[in-house]
Amino acid sequence: MTTTLQKTPEPADLQSELQEHQLPTWVPKGVVAGAAVIGVLLAVTGIVSIAQAVLIGWLLTWALPIASRVVEGGRKATDRTVTLLVSSAFGLALIPLGSILWLVISRGGPQLSTEFFTYSMRNVVGEGGGIYHALVGTLLITAAATIISVPIGLFTAIYLVEYGDGNRLSRSITFLVDVMTGIPSIVAGLFAYALFVIFFGEGVRLGIGGAVALAVLMVPIVVRACEEMLKLVPNELREASYALGVPKWRTVVKVVLPTAISGIVTGVTLAIARVIGETAPLLIIAGLTDSVNFNLFSERMTTLPVFTYFSVKFPGVPPEASIDRGWGAALVLIIIVMLLNLVARAVSYFFSPKGER
Amino acid sequence: MSSTTEREKEAPRPVRRPGDRIFEALSTSAGIMILLTLLGVAVFLTLEGLPGITASADEIGSKTGGKGFFGYVWPLVFGTVWAAVIALVIAVPVAIGVALYISHYAPRRLSSTLGYVIDLLAAVPSVVYGLWGLLFLSRELAPFYQWLTDTFGFIPFFAGNPTGGVSANSILTASLVLAVMVLPIITAICREIFLQTPRLHEEAALALGATRWEMVRLAVFPYARSGIVSASMLGLGRALGETMAVAMVLSASGVVTFNLIGSTNPSTIAANIALQFPEAFGTFTNVLIATGLVLFVITFAANFAARAIVERRKDFSGAN
Repeated sequence: MTTTLQKTPEPADLQSELQEHQLPTWVPKGVVAGAAVIGVLLAVTGIVSIAQAVLIGWLLTWALPIASRVVEGGRKATDRTVTLLVSSAFGLALIPLGSILWLVISRGGPQLSTEFFTYSMRNVVGEGGGIYHALVGTLLITAAATIISVPIGLFTAIYLVEYGDGNRLSRSITFLVDVMTGIPSIVAGLFAYALFVIFFGEGVRLGIGGAVALAVLMVPIVVRACEEMLKLVPNELREASYALGVPKWRTVVKVVLPTAISGIVTGVTLAIARVIGETAPLLIIAGLTDSVNFNLFSERMTTLPVFTYFSVKFPGVPPEASIDRGWGAALVLIIIVMLLNLVARAVSYFFSPKGER
Repeated sequence: MSSTTEREKEAPRPVRRPGDRIFEALSTSAGIMILLTLLGVAVFLTLEGLPGITASADEIGSKTGGKGFFGYVWPLVFGTVWAAVIALVIAVPVAIGVALYISHYAPRRLSSTLGYVIDLLAAVPSVVYGLWGLLFLSRELAPFYQWLTDTFGFIPFFAGNPTGGVSANSILTASLVLAVMVLPIITAICREIFLQTPRLHEEAALALGATRWEMVRLAVFPYARSGIVSASMLGLGRALGETMAVAMVLSASGVVTFNLIGSTNPSTIAANIALQFPEAFGTFTNVLIATGLVLFVITFAANFAARAIVERRKDFSGAN
């Protein structure tokens, strides 16, 4: 026993031998920090632009895989290269997000004023005017689309989970919901146009048409979300209800739906957030107007995305005021979408049944 | 579910109250409503599109540059597929990297937050992407394109304008915006699949002395391959149908060219409809609707292929 113990090297020696061909653990962090410091210094002193500084900093981090190839050998170096590439991919994905949010907030923020929210564009030339008509249009059309698609989507989900039971109809519905998810938004707009043109004649532009087009896009999202949520309801609850002699439909209404309601509300809210920013179908069927229109069933109706599009793409002369209004409308649109997303997350966080997720 | 229905079958005669019948009829008809809607999309588009397809070149020539329907739609189909393919070539590697970073590289506690951050990209409305591409990205990219054509001008992709110079409102800019738009979709699916890799596979690879990258290559990628393919196909379907970003960024002239940074670019079907439809009248409306039908068929094919790949390899991988 004692002899073998004496022959084994000291732990400190062993460690140094194992670490001989390995970079110390502080090196990766050190390289990244060093590259960041140099990049920031270059940018602050104004020698290069911010984009160039980021690029230089990124190139400097390649010192790590190169050092690794010298000290640690090929396999470790490849591993470090991939780590660098994967992290860079994430950083790269953040660039558009950051620049979009920064631009929209910095350009759109100054536009927000009482006038911007309470005036329409009627008889406005040049500066002034606002998005009141577009806000009204967006809210009315999205509300109508929700009213159309939620009952259809919810009942379809109920059919798939409670009645379908994997029969041919339910399988084909599942498949077609998949197909519907992939319908391009502009095709949904063309469908609404082709449908309404039969009743109202050529060149039809109606708010309700926009609602129909949005509903086509919204139904599959609602079906998917509701189906997932209804499947999560434990079977024991249904069986307990049947055992008490409750009819199936009352079981669904009084037991299954209340259990899943938070998930359903979350799903519907996310679906609304998804379609409220749609531009293409509304461009086709709801059109553009400068006036406030409260009637879904007659005349053109402007929505926020369409307003943004026309303000920026066809600004008129002089263009500045119109483009500024476009940024403002884009900011309002993003705020609405983000709020809906937050509401959805809050609902699922606070109201989901305890002990499930 | 199956246990309750079996029990119902065993029972001599289940009591069915009127409420039950009404409720079942309601939910069944909602399901059938979806069948009818999709049928309606196909039928109405065909009905309204047919006059456009059969229209002679003389009838619609003033709007289509003297060509018949198929001569008109071919450059658009090319542009649609070309723009979407470039977008995918850019987006897929980045999306795989981002998904891998979130699932296997980022600190475990941060990963779900980072996932939300990437999902934010999906929440940005398409018109805002168009705004960003038109007023910011194309201006920032112009010097870079100039450098590209100066350095790599001998490659046909980067030829630039025949008179020298480049156009930043070109198909490469449009495809970059498309790439940013499909990135969160591909990332979300890839991330889910990477996370489903069996822990035992990963630990076995690490136990054999694999580095983290070798573990990913040996355990994660083989498991996730079909999922990556189907995620890319879904992204392709999305890129094919995306309208506003392309309509706002691209200055199109309906040609067939592989030049990425010139001032003459092929348009895409969706963008062309968005630009032409507000002022279209007569048979030209039908022509545009018919191009929409073509787009519908193309995206359907892409999505269908994606689902088929997932279906075929379902048993062997995590993609289901």
